[in-house]
Amino acid sequence: MYSEKVMDHFSNPRNVGEMENPSGVGTVGNAKCGDIMRIYLDIDENSVIQDIKFKTFGCGAAVATSSMATELVKGKTVNEALKITNRSVMEALDGLPPVKIHCSLLAEEAIHAALWDYATKNNLVIEGLKKPKSDVHEEEEELVY
Amino acid sequence: MENKIYLDNAATTKVRPEVVETMLPYFTEQYGNPSSVYEFASQSKIAVDEAREAIAKSINADKPDIYFTSGGTEADNWAIVATAEAYKDKGNHIITSKFEHHAVLHTCEYLERRGYEVTYIDVNENGIIDLDQLKNEIRPTTILITIMFANNEIGTIQPIKEIGQIAKDNNVLFHTDAVQAYTHLDIDVKDLNIDMLSASAHKLKGPKGIGFLYIRKGIKNRSFIHGGAQERRRRAGTENVPSIMGFAKAVEINMATIKERTEKELELRNILMKRVLSEVPFTRLNGDKNRRLSNNLNFSFQFIEGESLLIMLDMKNICASSGSACTSGALDPSHVLLSIGLPHEIAHGSLRLTLCEENTEEEINYTVDMIKEIVQKLRDMSPLYEDFIKKQNRR
Repeated sequence: MYSEKVMDHFSNPRNVGEMENPSGVGTVGNAKCGDIMRIYLDIDENSVIQDIKFKTFGCGAAVATSSMATELVKGKTVNEALKITNRSVMEALDGLPPVKIHCSLLAEEAIHAALWDYATKNNLVIEGLKKPKSDVHEEEEELVY
Repeated sequence: MENKIYLDNAATTKVRPEVVETMLPYFTEQYGNPSSVYEFASQSKIAVDEAREAIAKSINADKPDIYFTSGGTEADNWAIVATAEAYKDKGNHIITSKFEHHAVLHTCEYLERRGYEVTYIDVNENGIIDLDQLKNEIRPTTILITIMFANNEIGTIQPIKEIGQIAKDNNVLFHTDAVQAYTHLDIDVKDLNIDMLSASAHKLKGPKGIGFLYIRKGIKNRSFIHGGAQERRRRAGTENVPSIMGFAKAVEINMATIKERTEKELELRNILMKRVLSEVPFTRLNGDKNRRLSNNLNFSFQFIEGESLLIMLDMKNICASSGSACTSGALDPSHVLLSIGLPHEIAHGSLRLTLCEENTEEEINYTVDMIKEIVQKLRDMSPLYEDFIKKQNRR
């Protein structure tokens, strides 16, 4: 079902983790639909993304696109990072099955949400960056195990 | 483990070698068409007749009431659509449950679009249908109750005898999809008041593409597949002789071994269940702990998504399935898991393991070890788990 690159990024995801005091953090998706992605950014004074970490709840495609997106963004400037689209992530992964294309949108959205958080914290206006959709469900029902 | 560990027997099963052996002569030696007149072909006719007899016996049915089909799905479609049409003078109302197989649900939806009314009975949190609701929903126009014998995802066994009695008392026909239960549980259609029953061979170590519909004598029914006079003019098409022979062989073996198989399955299943529930935190068992098929387990692992889990199990050579939306390409997770009241995110993290008597304790223990490792790996990657742990630390 998945390309070799997808399988590689799924089984050995790059940049998984959390970050203390990130420059920006964004969480998108919702648990109801089965995928949530969180991106942490460490951005230096020259607007270069020095480090990036992610956490994803989701299918193989969601994990692989998160991982690939972090690789594409790391070391880039904020403006360069903004240009990374779901299409570029997908191409870098040698494609995704058609039913999984929506998973790749999440990675782009998560990066944008983290950049928005960075911009808000620093009172910056980043050209071309829109406020992210906030459809992350805060724990709706708690199930007792 | 180098060899594959197959824990998806509710999806399909490995055909028994004895079954294959039984089938082979009917491809190249006794290939005659049972409808032909010459002596050579009549051997096929006799063989099919004997197979029908054996299958009828397995559910205490009469031989002419067994109609071979292409499988469980066709049998479900036939039972529901043909009954709806044959009894439309009596009424247009059908009762089913919310967690039927799609072969039943989508057929009911098809009839709804054609003016029939369908009531979908609720399922309780343990995966058993609500009998009181069933009784209350029966109307003068109700023509059919169709409720599955045992659920395909969570394995829960339904109160079939009670449903049969309710149907009989109210003069309503009762069809049951017994695809998962047949030859795994004892079924006596007369004792249980079952009017129609669907079954499939490939769930019981028989070939794919063959099943049957039992239709009790006296029930109005029409031909569903039009053509020749096969299956007492009710199901046209040249009999799939090799598959029918294989089906009967598989049934024969399964019925003769039902007790030992069940015991072995329960032994393995209980090891699997106990270890997973005690060794993997934030895990629940979906469906009643006791009223379920001996080979079925269905877990939900909180904070993770099922497809990821399946792919990682596959990398360890373990075959399983999940009710996650991502495994089907749909947006919603399994309707079965939602019907028992699971929140979406818990349903997404489900894992179905369905074993058979050929699995070994070694395989089961390896599987648990792998599940533990993989679930932890996925949780370490999950923002939901991160939030949960942070919240706990604040407390």
